Amino acid sequence: MHEWALAEGVISTASRVAAEEGLEEITEIVVMVGELQQVDREALLFALEQQRTPNMMKTRFRIDPIPARMRCRVCGEEWNFKREALDNDEAEAVHFLPEIAHAFIECPNCGSPDFEVTEGRGIWLASVRGVRMAG
Amino acid sequence: MGRRVGLLDLDLTSPSTHLILGVDGLQPIEDKGIIPPRVHGLSYISIVLFSPEELIPLRGVDISNAIIELLAITRWEDLDYLIVDMPPGIGDEVLDIIRLMGRSFFLLVSTPSPLALETVGKLLFLLLELKAPILGVVENMATKPTSEVKRRLEELEVAYLGAIGYDPELDDALGHVDRVMRTRFMEDVGKLAGEVESRLHKGVHRQ
Repeated sequence: MHEWALAEGVISTASRVAAEEGLEEITEIVVMVGELQQVDREALLFALEQQRTPNMMKTRFRIDPIPARMRCRVCGEEWNFKREALDNDEAEAVHFLPEIAHAFIECPNCGSPDFEVTEGRGIWLASVRGVRMAG
Repeated sequence: MGRRVGLLDLDLTSPSTHLILGVDGLQPIEDKGIIPPRVHGLSYISIVLFSPEELIPLRGVDISNAIIELLAITRWEDLDYLIVDMPPGIGDEVLDIIRLMGRSFFLLVSTPSPLALETVGKLLFLLLELKAPILGVVENMATKPTSEVKRRLEELEVAYLGAIGYDPELDDALGHVDRVMRTRFMEDVGKLAGEVESRLHKGVHRQ
């Protein structure tokens, strides 16, 4: 389960943020998940729940999906990523490494593989809420 | 005594280690991340495990994102050494390794050609400026005894680790590891390996 490693990254980053901000308890962690990587929401949530640290016992995990958008660097065309554009093997490769999308997706207007993913590439920590230590 | 060694091919747009190792049809193992498959005793990760045939044109930011992703999801076993193979020059791969893998030691390889020396020289200056640990420089594809590489390194106080002779039979052996291991190329590599390892343990990066 690849989501386990992603959750591990979220937990360790949130812990670092909490330490930097002096939070003794984390009440909410918001994670944005880009569609391109096709992360399994339930698997990610399970992995986050399993890796709670002592200051995350009451943490609410919120996972927000973000549609993936691309922009062609050659002709400027913009479009939305569609999972149906990939076969299963391709989708799995992109799931592991989103940049592999450049091998399978091309600009619908000019056919170039030189595009940027402007939104919804991978997974990132959007916010950490908590209670500050007294004093 | 054998060492537990991992090989991470970070040349994302033109990987080649799979051709040397004869890797074909190998897939990553998914278990709480990616477990590197074993290839001839090496724990191995390359972009070809995810996409064996396709061209993957990537720009700088994509390369950085892919490197971060690979480093974040790969679960290396308890290794003695992780060797990171990088493309020449001072591009994203080198900058990302300096940024993300602070405990790395750099082993540079150059042919005696002034063209290669020019590229390796730039990397050396960058590493020296950033105070990154340099194990030294290996001269590869040496066709005749020459002191040019050695002389230029002495000026920079960087160790010259030795030469690997040009072996015209190496190309024919690629993809067949048992044959590669019997080449003169590997004989030379074997002679240098002990020196590299001992410098690594001493943490020495200057002459």
